[in-house]
Amino acid sequence: MTGVTLVRRIKASPEIVFEAVTTAEGIAQWWGPDAGPVLVSESDPRVGGRYRVRFRLLDNTEHESSGEFVIVDPPKRVVMTWRWVIGGDDPGESRVDISLRAVDGGTELTFSHSRLHSESARRSHEGGWDGALRKLQARFAEGEPA
Amino acid sequence: MGNRQGNLDRIFAALADPTRRAMLDRLAQQPSATVSRLAEPFAIQLPAVVKHLDVLGKAKLITRAKAGRVVTVRLRPESMREAMAWLYRRERFWSGRLDKLSAYAEGRELQAGSKKKS
Repeated sequence: MTGVTLVRRIKASPEIVFEAVTTAEGIAQWWGPDAGPVLVSESDPRVGGRYRVRFRLLDNTEHESSGEFVIVDPPKRVVMTWRWVIGGDDPGESRVDISLRAVDGGTELTFSHSRLHSESARRSHEGGWDGALRKLQARFAEGEPA
Repeated sequence: MGNRQGNLDRIFAALADPTRRAMLDRLAQQPSATVSRLAEPFAIQLPAVVKHLDVLGKAKLITRAKAGRVVTVRLRPESMREAMAWLYRRERFWSGRLDKLSAYAEGRELQAGSKKKS
C-alpha cells in the first residue's frame, strides 16, 4: 500500500473521540510521538479551515505539520490534508482520513494516511498495487538466499 | 535523502503498472530468467518488454546481465525492502499516536460518565 490504515476500538463515545481528533485541545494531547511537549496546537475544524501542530521530541528536534480540513462530518468522519512543514521525511502533501463508527462499548476508529509522498505514489495507489506489494514482499522473503 | 526519496518514487512508480508487477511476480518464482522467457506470457512486443525492464532497472528492482546475446534478469529485493520499511515507519508513527489518542479519549469518557452520575 502507499498508505497505512489502522483500526482501533476506543472505549469512548464517537462524540468524545471526534473532539479529541479535531479540536486544538484534543490534538495537543496525542499528536506528539513521545513524551516531549506539544508547542503549538491550532485547529479550525470546518471545511477549508486549517490546523497546525508543532512539537518538540525528547531528542530536542522540533517538528511541525499542518494542513486543511477537507471533510468535517461530526461525529463520523474527518478528512484533512497533511504536510510536514518542519522535520519529517515526506515533503509532499498527503491525506489523513479518520472514520468513526459507534460500536458496543465505544467507537471503532479507522485511521488512514494515504497519498503518501508523491504523485507517483498516488498513481501507484490508484494503479491498485495494494496487496500486490505485500504478496511480492512475502515471495522475496521466501526466495532470499540464506 | 533527496536521492533516497527519488528512488522510493521510482519504486512506487515502477510498481504502478500491472505488467511490471506480473514480471516481478514471475521473477520472484525463479532465481533468474532470460528476457525472452520473461516476455512469454505477455501479449506485448519485445521492445515494450525492454522498456518495462528499463523502468524496473532504474528503480533498482531488478538487475540485468548480458552474456553474448542473452540477457538474464534477476530480482533485487533490497529496493522492495526499502519501500516496505518506509511504509512500516509510517505505520509505527501513527500507531503510537493512536495509543495516546485512545488513552486520552477514554479518560474523557470516564470523566463525562462520573459527572453524569454525581
